[in-house]
Amino acid sequence: MEKILDIRDLHVSFKTFGGEVQAVRGVNLELYRGETLAIVGESGCGKSVTANSIMRLIPTPPGEIKDGSILFKGQDMTQLSDKEVRKIRGVDISMIFQDPMTALNPTLTVGDQLTEGLRQHRSISRKEADKQAMEMLTLVGIPNPVERMKQYPHEFSGGMRQRIVIAMALICDPELLIADEPTTALDVTIQAQILQLFQKIQKQTGVSIILITHDLGVVAKIADRIAVMYAGKVIETGTRKEIFYTPQHPYTRGLLHSVPRLDQKGEKLIPIDGTPPDLFSPPEGCPFAARCPMAMEVCTKVYPFHSKLSRTHDVDCWLQDERAKKYMASTY
Amino acid sequence: MIPAKKQNEETPHSSIPDEWFKPKEKNTEDAESVVRPSLSYWEDAWRRLRQNKLAMSGLIFLILLGVMAVIGPWISPHDVDTQNLPNQNQAPSLTHWFGTDELGRDVFTRTWYGARISLFVGLMAALIDFFIGVAYGGLSGYKGGRTDNIMMRIIEILYGLPYLLVVILLLVVMGPSLLTIIIALTVTGWVGMARIVRGQVLQLKHNEFVMASQSFGAKTKRIIQKNLLPNTMGPIIVQMTLTVPTAIFAEAFLSFLGLGIQSPFASWGMMANDALGVILSGDWWRLFFPAFFISATMFAFNVLGDGLQDALDPKLRR
Amino acid sequence: MAKYILKRFIYMIVTVFIIATLTFFLMNLLPGSPFNEERTTNEAVQRNLEAHYHLDEPLVVQYVLYLKSIVTLDFGPSIKQPTETVNSLLGRGFPISAELGIWTILIALISGVALGVFAALKHNGVIDYIAMTIAVLGISIPNFVLATLLIQQLAVNLGVLPAATWSSPQHMVLPIVALATGPMAIIARLTRSSMLETLTQDYIKMARAKGLSPAKIIVKHALKNALMPVVTILGTLLAGVLTGTFVIEKIFAIPGMGKYFVEGINQRDYPVIMGTTVFYSAFLVLMLFLVDIAYGILDPRIKLHKEGGK
Repeated sequence: MEKILDIRDLHVSFKTFGGEVQAVRGVNLELYRGETLAIVGESGCGKSVTANSIMRLIPTPPGEIKDGSILFKGQDMTQLSDKEVRKIRGVDISMIFQDPMTALNPTLTVGDQLTEGLRQHRSISRKEADKQAMEMLTLVGIPNPVERMKQYPHEFSGGMRQRIVIAMALICDPELLIADEPTTALDVTIQAQILQLFQKIQKQTGVSIILITHDLGVVAKIADRIAVMYAGKVIETGTRKEIFYTPQHPYTRGLLHSVPRLDQKGEKLIPIDGTPPDLFSPPEGCPFAARCPMAMEVCTKVYPFHSKLSRTHDVDCWLQDERAKKYMASTY
Repeated sequence: MIPAKKQNEETPHSSIPDEWFKPKEKNTEDAESVVRPSLSYWEDAWRRLRQNKLAMSGLIFLILLGVMAVIGPWISPHDVDTQNLPNQNQAPSLTHWFGTDELGRDVFTRTWYGARISLFVGLMAALIDFFIGVAYGGLSGYKGGRTDNIMMRIIEILYGLPYLLVVILLLVVMGPSLLTIIIALTVTGWVGMARIVRGQVLQLKHNEFVMASQSFGAKTKRIIQKNLLPNTMGPIIVQMTLTVPTAIFAEAFLSFLGLGIQSPFASWGMMANDALGVILSGDWWRLFFPAFFISATMFAFNVLGDGLQDALDPKLRR
Repeated sequence: MAKYILKRFIYMIVTVFIIATLTFFLMNLLPGSPFNEERTTNEAVQRNLEAHYHLDEPLVVQYVLYLKSIVTLDFGPSIKQPTETVNSLLGRGFPISAELGIWTILIALISGVALGVFAALKHNGVIDYIAMTIAVLGISIPNFVLATLLIQQLAVNLGVLPAATWSSPQHMVLPIVALATGPMAIIARLTRSSMLETLTQDYIKMARAKGLSPAKIIVKHALKNALMPVVTILGTLLAGVLTGTFVIEKIFAIPGMGKYFVEGINQRDYPVIMGTTVFYSAFLVLMLFLVDIAYGILDPRIKLHKEGGK
């Protein structure tokens, strides 16, 4: 499989009143053509910042990509000029935002907003652009596209608006689609429809998807692989199966236990105690150590080494170390 | 995933002592201790206000002005309204620090007297606006429904009235005096405050803590006093700070038109108006002192208000 | 939309009615009748007034007749200037005041929006800081103070511009600058904060994600939304400019409506005060009405709101 995106050692910081927030601290991720990668984690863990960095949408200042590289089809996004980045945005990489109620400009018609990307990047006539936009609206399941094109966003329901946002993102036939919490603001029934739409589109166009969410239910439905982020780091990655059935990091396990599941009745929900660390001055060792039920002394002192459990399953945790396993065996 | 190289270089794998891998006693305090020490809302606001140099210089100017308004006329050897015709229109000197006007009155003394008037009018207007606005807006927002609807229609109409025209009309009828100025300014001035309070109350109304007090059978008045108001204080304080310069401007404006404080008392607006008559003669001090103090005072209140707005905005808290 | 306009229209009528009523009864609260005793200067005027206001009739009848005179736009004679009627003063003064007002608003709008947008785009930079300091200064210096300072410096000391009257474009510079600075500062601050907020909106991010150029994002996506709040305060600004014309016309000896109004106040010429107040209010309320409609046209969302407005 072709590697379409390769993020290496990405560091992103934000300057604020109180100092520098290290929102992303050495993230490594890769994405293959046609697959769906879900990035999960609590709010503030750096998943959105990572996604925005890919398209260079981090507001600078206060934000800054400090270190690392983002290779999109072999081209380092962090090294491109603004103009070169604009040629990739909307054409090769598209993005969908969390709240469809605010992602559309209230003062412009839907048709105008749909076609402006096309007309910016492809030299085509208004008529041709309109035609493609209407085809796209039909694809995402909006009836009467001819009339709908002339309407303003407030004349659509939330679910409809998210379909329009998706149509807008797909109109230039991108190779990578980044969806930042695309279903969080929607009703549960609408959520399911939107997820189905993603799957349908992926089948038709072969687009690769990065899905950012804190909702493991969404992940379980459509992700091929999952990356778990905590305090600006990716702490565990694996296929959907590996993460759901053999999670290795205590945080991943905690995350799974704190989600209600319909298939396992009667199981207790266990919240993770405490709050994520302050990223003004991140702790030296594992950032989860303070909340971790299995923390060892080493966890508070040194960041865990990287362990590879299978070709696809990776985890950063000291429990993988032989010595930890030895002590565990002797205590229990 | 690629291992984070830097950390590995610093600490080779084998150099980590074995005993560090013993399971730690679970310590619940640890989990909570990660949280930053939190400052109270007001401490935090004050800390951020202090960082704003412009707002702080405004505050310091206002404190000095307040002190001078109290002691200024008192430390000056001259009276506010003692006329001294041989001494008319004198430039600033050792005896008359800010010069004299066309009746030989001491501009220094009159300037601080004007400061008293301006500050008094400004603060009174803000205070009265506050009481009426909070009562009206709080009630309207809290009651909601029909009451709110009717009260807001009234506000909308009052809002459409040209503020200074109404004030002028009232002053023409009631005759100019300090009291009538304050009354006239507050007759329509509270509307903005009422709107802000209502907005805040509506936002907070459905919060859990209000529902909690309601379910314990707390009375409307008590809920407004104990729960809602403390949470709405930020925007209200800002609005009050910004009401003061508006009122100071209005007083000066009216005095300038001859509808404000009457001679022999002094007000900045009146002094500026008097100076207009001698503008061609080059007696710069006649205009300079009242003009400077009106502008500087309004500037100080405006930057302080802006600073407070930034400092008290919970969205900007970090 | 029709419903929205109708609602605004009713508000307009109600407001004018309230002001007219308020004016009438306040004037009747004055000790004695405003139109008799030593206030009037001559017999003929006295008779004129009595005929116009039917002072011998009961108050209710006077009130109805007064309302009628407002509807027919006939404000009666002046007390102090027997040869004048309020209408003739308005007829002469209004075009001049309107000219002053229109230029002021235009200049305030253009420079204020430009300053605000510029400051927002260079947020937290030196330009932003300078622009906003100028804006706070503009808000803090009262227009009459600025006017007198301008006369003292530019007209008297340097002699580059004429100090008074309204006869040529050069004469118009100082009054317009003095009057426009305040509104310009308010517009600049509002535009800046509104622009800053708009720039954080998701649809701006979306537009960036589409690969649009910064210029296009600002002009097409940000500006229209950012200027909405500016439109809503235009009414209030107009009121400020209008009352500002009182002092500005007084200071620069411009023969506009404001000058007659202030003279009327100083001479306690009650018919002039009443007439101009009602005229001013009606004009202002009409402007507020037009601003509301403009807002309704600019913002497509208004049409669906059952309640309209805010």
